[in-house]
Amino acid sequence: MSQLNIEKGINALKEQIDGPTAAFFSSCVHCGLCAEACLFYTETNDPKYTPINKVEPLRRVWESEYTLFGKVKNLLGLTKPVTDEMLSDWETLIYDGCTLCGRCSMVCPVGNDISGMIRKVREGMVASDHAPEGLIGASTRAVKIGSPMGIRLKALQAQIKHIEMDTGLTIPIDIEGADYMALLSSMEIINFPEYIESLAKIFKQAGISWTLSSEAFEATNSGIQIGSSDIARKLVQRVVDGAEKLKVKYVISPECGHAYTAIRWDGPNLIGRPYPFKVIHILELLDELQQSGRLKTSGVLAKKLTFHDPCQIVRKGGIEAQPKRLLNSVSSNFVEMSEHGNMNWCCGGGGGVSASERADELRLKVFNRKKVQLQEINVEVMVTACANCRLVLEEGLEEYHMDIPVIGLSELVSEHLQEAEPAIKDGE
Amino acid sequence: MEIFSNANDFLLWTRGDAFNIAIGIFIVGVVIRLLEILLLGRKADYSEPRGSELQAEWKGGLKTMLIRSVADKGTFKRAPFVIIVGYIWHIAFLIVLLFFVPHIELINATLGLKWPGLATPLVDAFAIVAMAGMLAMLWHRMIHPVMKFLSTFEDYLVWLVTFIPLITGYIAFHRMIGPYPLALGLHILSVEILLVVFPFTKLMHAITLFLARWYTGAMMGRKGIES
Repeated sequence: MSQLNIEKGINALKEQIDGPTAAFFSSCVHCGLCAEACLFYTETNDPKYTPINKVEPLRRVWESEYTLFGKVKNLLGLTKPVTDEMLSDWETLIYDGCTLCGRCSMVCPVGNDISGMIRKVREGMVASDHAPEGLIGASTRAVKIGSPMGIRLKALQAQIKHIEMDTGLTIPIDIEGADYMALLSSMEIINFPEYIESLAKIFKQAGISWTLSSEAFEATNSGIQIGSSDIARKLVQRVVDGAEKLKVKYVISPECGHAYTAIRWDGPNLIGRPYPFKVIHILELLDELQQSGRLKTSGVLAKKLTFHDPCQIVRKGGIEAQPKRLLNSVSSNFVEMSEHGNMNWCCGGGGGVSASERADELRLKVFNRKKVQLQEINVEVMVTACANCRLVLEEGLEEYHMDIPVIGLSELVSEHLQEAEPAIKDGE
Repeated sequence: MEIFSNANDFLLWTRGDAFNIAIGIFIVGVVIRLLEILLLGRKADYSEPRGSELQAEWKGGLKTMLIRSVADKGTFKRAPFVIIVGYIWHIAFLIVLLFFVPHIELINATLGLKWPGLATPLVDAFAIVAMAGMLAMLWHRMIHPVMKFLSTFEDYLVWLVTFIPLITGYIAFHRMIGPYPLALGLHILSVEILLVVFPFTKLMHAITLFLARWYTGAMMGRKGIES
C-alpha cells in the first residue's frame, strides 16, 4: 500500500517540475540566506526549517528524472531516492513549518521562488498520503459541505438575519445581473460577521450593486492550502459557476489571504481558462471607491496603530499601497513595523498551519517574531486584512500576554463612513 | 606526469589538446543543461496580469535580474558575513579573471574580444582578496549551523575547483615553484578542470541565476509585486 502511495507521490512531484523549478535547483549554492528569511528558522534556530531544505524531495525527483547527470547517477546506483520514510520526515517541515508566506522567495540571492516550490511539494505529499489530519478534514468539509469549517448556507442566512435586524440594512442574495458578487471566508461568517455588515454599509453609501451567492459564498480554498490541485479546482469551479450563473461583472475576494491567491491567481490556471468576470480584492475595491470619491470617510482614529500585511495579499498578491492609503485616510497615528509591506513577517498561521492542531505549539513559538516587531513600536491597536491572520494574531497576542486589539481594515473603514448628512466628527 | 618528457611538453598539452577538450565539454555541457531547463518550459498562465502581460512580465523579470543582487536591509542585518564576504570574493575573482592582462590576451586569441587590463600589482592584490574571501566562506560553511547543515560533497568540491585556479595562478605568477612551464601548466590544467566540472555542478548558478531571477521576477511582475 505504501509502495503504491510513494509512486503516486513521486509522479505528482514529477508533474510539478517545470522550467522555473529546474532553473531554481540549478542555481542554489546553499548560501543559507533563505533560513534568515523564515520565521520557523529564526525563532527556533533549527536548520531543518531552512526553506530550501524543505523542497529536497522535489529536488531529488528533478535531479534523477530531468537531468543527464542525474540519469548517470541512477545508472551508477548513486541516486538518493525519495522514500515513504523521507516524506514522513518532511511532512512536518512542509505543513507545520511553512506558511507559504513567500518571504524566502524575496530574499534568495539567485532569485529562487522557494515558497512556490514548497507549494509544489505539497502536491506530492497529498498524493502519497502525507497530509496532516487537520487539513484533510478541512478539505473534505470544503468539498462535501461547502466550507472548511463546515458552515452551511443556513448558518450564513442566520448571520445575515441578525445583521439585517441590527442595522436595518439589506444583504442581497442571488441577485442576477448585479455588478459585484462578494465572497466570504468561513471565519468571517462565524468569527467576524462585522465584515459582512461593513460591506453592506460601504456598498450602500457607494451605490454599488452587489450580491452574495447562495451556491458560492465560500472563498476559502483548502485545496490550495493542503496542496491538492484537484480539490482546489473543484472549489474554484464552484465560485466560477456561481458567478456565471448570476452574470456578475466582478467577484470580490474577501480579506482572507489564501482565498485571494486561490481565486485571483491560481483559479484560472486550475480550471484551464480565463474567467468571464474580473476578480478584485476588497481592499482594491475600497481604495478605488475612495480614490474616485464614491466612498467618503470622516474622522480619524487617533490611537497609535500598525498594519499587519497579510502575506498572500501584499507580498504574494501585489496589493501593497491600497491598504496603506485606506488606513491613512481613517487614522492619524499609523506606524509601520520595522519590516513591513513586501518584507513583512508572517503571523505564523497561514498556508493551512492554523488549521492543523498538531502545529499549534510551533506556531505560537514562532509568533515571537511578531511579538518582537510589535514591542519595537508599542502600538495600541493592530489592523489587518485577513480573517485568518486576525485569529492567529489574537491567539498569539493572548499567549504572549499582550493586550492589543486586532481589527479588520474594511471594518475600520466602515466605522468612519461619512453619514448621509455630512457631519464633521472629531478624532475619536 | 611521466607521459610528458619535460615541463614544456606538459604546458603545450594543457594549451592544446586539454584546452580543446575542456572547452568542448564546457560548451556542450552548458548547452545541455540550459536545454534541460528551457525545454521544460512554463505552463500558460490564464490569470489576468496587472497591466499588459508582456510589459508586466518583462519589466518584472528584467528588474529582478538586476535588483536581486542587492540584499534587503533585514537580511543584511541578520547575515552580514555571507553577504559582504560573498560580494568581496565574487568581485575580486571576476576582476582577476577578466582584468589580468595575460587572461585578456587569451580571451582575445580565443574569441577575438579585448578590453584594457588592470595594473598587475592591483590584480595581484585582488587575487589575495579573492583567496582570503574564499577561505573565509569555507570556514563559514563549516561552522555556520545552516550552511553546515545544507552543505554536501558537491559544495566543497566546487569550492576546491574554484580555489585551485586562484592559488596555482598566484604560484605561477610569483614563480613560487619551478620550472615555470610546469607551474603555468598546472594553473591552466586547474582552469580546465573547473571548466569540465562547471556544467555538472552548481557552478552553473553563474548562468542559471539569471534564468531563475527572470522566472521569479516575471511571475511577480505579473502580480504587480515589487520584488
